[in-house]
Amino acid sequence: MINIKVVYILWLREMKRFFRAKSRVIGTLGMPLFFLAFLGFGFRGMPIPGLAEGVGYIEFLVPGIIGMSMLFSSMFAGISVLWDREFGFLKEIMVAPVSRVSIVIGRIAGGIMTSLFQAILILSISILMGFKITGISSLLWAVVFLILISATFIGLGLIFASRMRDIHGFSLIMNFIIFPLFFLSGAVFPFDNLPGWVRGLSYIDPLTYGVDGLRGALIGISSFPLIYNFTILVISSVAMVLLGTYFFEKSEYV
Amino acid sequence: MFYFRCVIGNQLSAANIECDLLMCIIKVKNLSRHFDGFVAVDNISFTVKKGEIFGLLGPNGAGKTTTINMLSTLLKITSGHAEVAGFDISKNKDNVRRNIGMVFQEPALDNKLTGRENLDFHAMMYGIDTVTRKARIREIFDLVELTDKADVLVENYSGGMKRRLEIGRGLIHRPRLLFLDEPTLGLDAQTRRHIWEYIKKLNKENGISIILTTHYMEEADYLCDRVAIIDHGKIVVMDSPKKLKDILGGDVVSLETDENPEKFISLLKELEWIKTIKKHDGFLDLTMDNGEKKIPELFNIAQSVRTKISSISLHKPSLEDVFLHFTGKTILEQEASQGEKNKKLMMRRMGR
Ligand SMILES: Nc1ncnc2c1ncn2[C@@H]1O[C@H](COP(=O)(O)OP(=O)(O)O)[C@@H](O)[C@H]1O
Ligand SMILES: [Mg+2]
Repeated sequence: MINIKVVYILWLREMKRFFRAKSRVIGTLGMPLFFLAFLGFGFRGMPIPGLAEGVGYIEFLVPGIIGMSMLFSSMFAGISVLWDREFGFLKEIMVAPVSRVSIVIGRIAGGIMTSLFQAILILSISILMGFKITGISSLLWAVVFLILISATFIGLGLIFASRMRDIHGFSLIMNFIIFPLFFLSGAVFPFDNLPGWVRGLSYIDPLTYGVDGLRGALIGISSFPLIYNFTILVISSVAMVLLGTYFFEKSEYV
Repeated sequence: MFYFRCVIGNQLSAANIECDLLMCIIKVKNLSRHFDGFVAVDNISFTVKKGEIFGLLGPNGAGKTTTINMLSTLLKITSGHAEVAGFDISKNKDNVRRNIGMVFQEPALDNKLTGRENLDFHAMMYGIDTVTRKARIREIFDLVELTDKADVLVENYSGGMKRRLEIGRGLIHRPRLLFLDEPTLGLDAQTRRHIWEYIKKLNKENGISIILTTHYMEEADYLCDRVAIIDHGKIVVMDSPKKLKDILGGDVVSLETDENPEKFISLLKELEWIKTIKKHDGFLDLTMDNGEKKIPELFNIAQSVRTKISSISLHKPSLEDVFLHFTGKTILEQEASQGEKNKKLMMRRMGR
């Protein structure tokens, strides 16, 4: 059912495209780095309500910004099916005698890799800025969370892509899906500060558990236990990937 | 028995098309496709024989691409039935896909990859092993004369080069059947010639069956063994280009004569190679086969009765005339009115 060679070649294509488009690499890094720099320095030393004892704002912010970068790049990777469709290449993929699941897995593998690359770059820059991580095992845990966040949102991106005819709807999705998911997740402030009913929405935003998991892994302080975040993200990523595959298979791409 | 019916059984009332698998690479029966109530392909039936170049000829919006996309499993069918290379297009998609090569109407290359990487991608998607892949890709680049551009990014290719690369790509996995959707759309005359020769060669030397769509009359005429003229989603008529043109009764020789060619006409009426004679304001229109060979004879006859011929013209029927004959419009007029219709549709959609 899943053809490894097909997954590999689709992954390889994503890698080549990504690393050839230098402007894309730099462009996608821009926003998270600006957020990190301006929020980080802007609120430095200010008392932020809801922050755990002994946690500086930058320490709190870095995992959040990495989660945000994951959200953006993964949603983009899922929706980029529409770009392939716009430029005709999707037909070449779809007419090949390979299972549709392999195609989806290939795209997800490529998307995870490019997102992960960006996240690790941001983390490295943060470390240069003075962010401290506790050790290798915390880094490994972080990578696990990054992969799960990415799979979840690539799946979601695929669902949106299958519902849209062209890329013009992208700004709608940007403003009404991606940004709310980002702010609800507590990436830049503790979501406990949100009013009650909005906090309810935070609880159904998978990124909430992604960011919290990253905090747990990287700085050792989180709202929920690590295993709890992990379980929820495993469920959300499996569900989103299955749904994404289902919608991808169902729609026509010519 | 079956074979015989397949060869002669191409009448439009295709309900009784029988075609043996050994003979036919495509069988289509009552195939339709609707888009939200709009009928893009309307109950068409046809067969394509092995080793044949079959053409779908029709104006823009006739439903050619939709047909091709259904046959190649990219679009779902609304109703009907079709088999490609012996496999049902709805039930056995992977087997259909394995046996076909596809060249789309619009470019379907990854511009950010080189030519070689595009072909590599394709070969790997079709499960060709590394050694074979390298050899075939080299072969293909030679064939489409792009060896020196193999490692250039496709975004730097010209339109004709992209087209050639795409045709080459469609052949890497050695398909039995090649789909060509408007293979020469938007190319200059010279490149078009080149690609025509290339298509002929593929068909002759490698025995690949080809189904192509076009709205260029000369293209269908030059390349296709058989042509189905398609308009508004329906097949209007289907036969070899020669037979289609023969329907119109052969060449028209138009003579401009002096006032009273009555004697001349009576002599012409005795000739059995002249099929029809029409007189209209000083002109005589005669239909016949091989008009160019008969013109000297016409002069001799005219001279014998002292009728003066002041001008002469020969018109060989083209597929354009066939299209006009069957639809009452030229293909250009048809496209213009189709454009109008689409504009109206758009306006309605935009709520005006
Ligand atoms: N995805 C689609 N949605 C709605 N209408 C479509 C779609 N694809 C094609 N059509 C319509 O179907 C008709 C046939 O289109 P097409 O098969 O592309 O024609 P051709 O290839 O002969 O130019 C056109 O009127 C076109 O507007
Ligand atoms: Mg078309």
